[in-house]
Amino acid sequence: MTSFDTALDAGGPGTGQNALGGDNYLNHGRGLKSWLLTLDHKRIGVMYLIVILSSFLLGGIFAMLIRTKLLTPGNSALMDANTYNQIFTLHGAVMIFLFVIPGIPAALGNFVLPLLLGAKDVAFPRLNLLSFYLWVAGALIALGSIVTGAVDTGWTFYTPYSTTTNTNVIGMIAGVFVLGFSSIFTGLNFVVSIHKLRPQGMTWFKMPLFLWGIYGTAILQIMATPVLGITLLLLIAERALGIGIFDPTLGGDPILFQHFFWFYSHPAVYIMILPAMGIISELVSVFSRKHIFGYKFIALSSIAIAVLSFLVWGHHMFVSGQSLLAGMIFSFLTFMVAIPSAVKVFNWLATMYKGSIWLATPMLYVLSFLFLFGIGGLTGLFLGALAVDVHLHDTYFVVAHFHYVMFGGTVIAFLGGLHYWWPKMFGRMYSELWGRVAALIIFVGFNTTFFTQFVMGSQGAPRRSYHYVPQFEPYHVLSTIGAYLLAVGFVIAAVNLGHSLFRGRLAPANPWGGATLEWQTTSPPPHDNFPVAPVAGDPYDVEAWTFDDRVGGFVRKTQAVQSVGS
Amino acid sequence: MRFVSELIGSVLNWAAVQADSGFWMPVQGSTGAVVVDRIFSLILWVSVFFFVLIVFLMVFFVVRYRRRAGREEAEPSPRHNTALEVTWTAIPILIVIGIFIWGFRAFLNLNVPPANTYEVLVTGQKWKWLFTYPNGQVDENLHVPVNTPVSLVMTSEDVIHGFYIPAFRLKRDVVPGRYVKLWFRATKQGEYQIYCTQYCGTGHSDMWAKVVVHEPGGFERWLEEASDFLKKMPPAQAGERLYRTRGCAQCHTVNGAAGTGPTFLNLFGHQVPLEGGKVVVADEDYVRESIMDPQEKVVAGFQPVMPTFKGRLTDQEITAIIEYLKTVK
Amino acid sequence: MQAETNGGAGVAEAHGEHVAHHFDTAEQQFESGKLGMWIFLATEILLFGGLFCAYAVYRANHPEIFVYAHRYLDKTLGAINTAVLICSSFTMAWAVRCAQIGRTRALVRLLAATIALAGCFLGIKFVEYEHKWKEGLLWGKYFHARLEQPAPAAQPMPAPTPSFNTEERSAIPPAAQGPVGLAKPGHPAVLGESQGPPRDVQVFFAVYFMMTGLHGIHVIVGMVVLGLMLVRAARGEFGPAYFTPVDLSGLYWHLVDLIWIFLFPLLYLIR
Repeated sequence: MTSFDTALDAGGPGTGQNALGGDNYLNHGRGLKSWLLTLDHKRIGVMYLIVILSSFLLGGIFAMLIRTKLLTPGNSALMDANTYNQIFTLHGAVMIFLFVIPGIPAALGNFVLPLLLGAKDVAFPRLNLLSFYLWVAGALIALGSIVTGAVDTGWTFYTPYSTTTNTNVIGMIAGVFVLGFSSIFTGLNFVVSIHKLRPQGMTWFKMPLFLWGIYGTAILQIMATPVLGITLLLLIAERALGIGIFDPTLGGDPILFQHFFWFYSHPAVYIMILPAMGIISELVSVFSRKHIFGYKFIALSSIAIAVLSFLVWGHHMFVSGQSLLAGMIFSFLTFMVAIPSAVKVFNWLATMYKGSIWLATPMLYVLSFLFLFGIGGLTGLFLGALAVDVHLHDTYFVVAHFHYVMFGGTVIAFLGGLHYWWPKMFGRMYSELWGRVAALIIFVGFNTTFFTQFVMGSQGAPRRSYHYVPQFEPYHVLSTIGAYLLAVGFVIAAVNLGHSLFRGRLAPANPWGGATLEWQTTSPPPHDNFPVAPVAGDPYDVEAWTFDDRVGGFVRKTQAVQSVGS
Repeated sequence: MRFVSELIGSVLNWAAVQADSGFWMPVQGSTGAVVVDRIFSLILWVSVFFFVLIVFLMVFFVVRYRRRAGREEAEPSPRHNTALEVTWTAIPILIVIGIFIWGFRAFLNLNVPPANTYEVLVTGQKWKWLFTYPNGQVDENLHVPVNTPVSLVMTSEDVIHGFYIPAFRLKRDVVPGRYVKLWFRATKQGEYQIYCTQYCGTGHSDMWAKVVVHEPGGFERWLEEASDFLKKMPPAQAGERLYRTRGCAQCHTVNGAAGTGPTFLNLFGHQVPLEGGKVVVADEDYVRESIMDPQEKVVAGFQPVMPTFKGRLTDQEITAIIEYLKTVK
Repeated sequence: MQAETNGGAGVAEAHGEHVAHHFDTAEQQFESGKLGMWIFLATEILLFGGLFCAYAVYRANHPEIFVYAHRYLDKTLGAINTAVLICSSFTMAWAVRCAQIGRTRALVRLLAATIALAGCFLGIKFVEYEHKWKEGLLWGKYFHARLEQPAPAAQPMPAPTPSFNTEERSAIPPAAQGPVGLAKPGHPAVLGESQGPPRDVQVFFAVYFMMTGLHGIHVIVGMVVLGLMLVRAARGEFGPAYFTPVDLSGLYWHLVDLIWIFLFPLLYLIR
């Protein structure tokens, strides 16, 4: 194991390995303007990464405030009930709309997608830059609303509370509306790129699975987000113009809002998880040094999840008063949508079977994902079962479930992908020791924080509660301890990555032995992505690569034989 | 220090509750709770089985196939196996269909009330639950007789609230402008918690109430006694009870502290500055008007958010409240 | 809402083709642009889809409101508007053809005609809106029209227990009326007009203004985009080698027309 971790110089410029001393996308064109007006997908991806991680930090601060308040069940000197209600709303809105939904596609996908396709850029680079600025505009509008009277409706904006509260709902949802367009245009860009920019020989079933994941996500972004758009427009019209569509006193129906809202917001959670699953498919193959198992099933399951995700929104509304028949249909389809995800987990495990499993930092995140997403997905079964959901709905059980899938699923996969592609993006290796320490602390902290909440929820603890009955205090205290542990883990991971930018070992072209096309260019890549146009082969042919001590990374087997001989 | 002693107290509290209930679920207070818990257990054991299987395989593979000297590459193995993949797709499908069917049948039964239920009207409002009994008595808690099927007909006065009784595994959103129905049959005497589970504003987490399950005969006695309180109690005392139970206390304090509405301390008989500059005296007419048409005279410095109580308080009740306010000094 | 008008090409030159650096061929660039535009149109259909869904739900539950209230819409003006938009789609399609075959003068004239017809559409809509405004036939809480007969006395609500007073209910400040929700079991579906105006006529106008309003915004945006196309066409930027922006704008315009073709019968021609 140690031979892979020594600090070897990976070779200077021109050796096809590390390009930090030479010409790469980071130093191609200097000055702020060359970044702010760039059309280079890699620079856009890096800018997204910065703002998205900042959003995660902001959402995380809100979370720590919430958990700190919840140490005690009664009134708190830290904040009053109104402030608490605003903070949990902001935590949800920031995390969902600013961080998790754009997350992997914008920050990692933008960088990696053209590279995986052996292409020079996405189909519409200017649209890509526009998407970025729409994100910025939407974020500023949404966060600006904090100043003018932060929303307290919960991120779900249920009517009639959201149409009658005197906080700045319109400001927040106008921001979300703009963010929605960022999402739609990114999805549009990715779909056209995957359709039109695949190289010779890369048929649909020869694409890397991360692209299947991105493709499924992009379809959802395109089809579902406009429905959120119209929902938010209707909500704005209701508040500003009294249009009456959700107001029972004017002939409207408040439950109609819930249908519209969840028609988008359920596919939205699959927008969050499909790219994450794509990352796991890539990582599990590379770090088991083995071809992915069951490629076709994994690829098709992404499409199955995308399609089925449109048919289950009513499972958020089992107790809303919708008809029993609707409840039955939605419950059945909810159980069906669980199956493709389960199939993926089995395929990933089968990939590890008889492999050569390398516990580098990205792989630790893969193992975390399997554990945490496993729990998250299985607890979805409880919530899909009608009679049981009646008891668990709107309790901490639901809070724990979605944190396990969104955080334990998407964020963990995001971290895995970030640690995986970091050397490619910035040309530096981080410390494996601290990377693994952080992954372990995050894993322990996460379970401490959120497993407790399952039990609290099934015991009857309602969510969004400033006050709670004293019986739940030990659970809340344990959960908060876990949250602080999580924070420590993230700080370590952040410092580790940040430090690597200045002091990390120079990264080789292929530190992990991946067979996808991004590893066939320098770390970091040049402005045009590939010095020589790459030839697409089997994206999981990792066994064709072997570790070369002199380079400190992987090289093709034929090359290694030659270099040993010369 | 206070935090630590409070924490210790709540751990003991938790232990006491655990003795009564289980690890996952609170006490089973109704026939429905037993049904729900059985399905929960089924799903729990299926989940545990698969989870343990997945984690075991994962850990086993990591250990057995870990990268080490002599094992830098994977062993040859097939890249797919259609029979295996179809099997591990089909088996979960069958299992979830089984869970679905059981859950769905139980859900149907839990939602179809038997004939001859005792009907109580439930109203949710910011931030209080009110229960109206067939004889017209309105109370802040839900009293029911044990072993009797009870129907709840529920609506909301303002925004969507969520009516939740964990011990009965019962929950439904109450929506303004429509009525929803629930039923249950309580099997154990005692008191159980009611929460609001649909976020509804500042006092959302204060919207608590209790289900009081009476022993045979006890319910009728309670109802009779409670219904007569207006006749039996002195008006000021009845008014104090109305203040507490009919939605006034949520916004108006009686100790001078600030609230959504003006405090009642030293209110009656004194001058009140209104929005717009006028000053009036808080006499009987003023109190009555503020209850029936609260937007007419809004006190300076407060928002015009008080709902009207037209149709929700009788003249006799308003008189009692007025008498009570006279005593709040 | 801007329509995406080209597939990532750089500065379009008057003569010859310019293929962006990340595309291998002009054909790949053109096909990408077209695919992108179709996807964008799909998102627009879903955006309006939500409103069509709201229409369907309210009409299914309260057909009497729609039957009664739609009579306040002027069918003639609506039909004229439909004809106007169909003509504008025709001039647009012809304009695209002219761009394809390099007839720049005709292209410019046809683009101008399309914009003029769109303006005509908006003018007629303005006349309709003004009439509604004057009559008070507005949405939700602004509805204050005097209908033919006084509304019938409060209809019986499903009273759960005999002693609960349903006559006077509390109000959600600042709204004034009692709750009348969507699900009213037992409410008679009044398809004829014998009982006078139904309750909640304002629901129809809420739907009407949201749908035609959002459509109108899309017409205005379309006019701006076509105006830009006109300027570029006048500069001679389009020809057989490069006419993608005109083509894609045409696709957008046809969608705007198509949406109106659905709106017109659903709102104006209810029987």
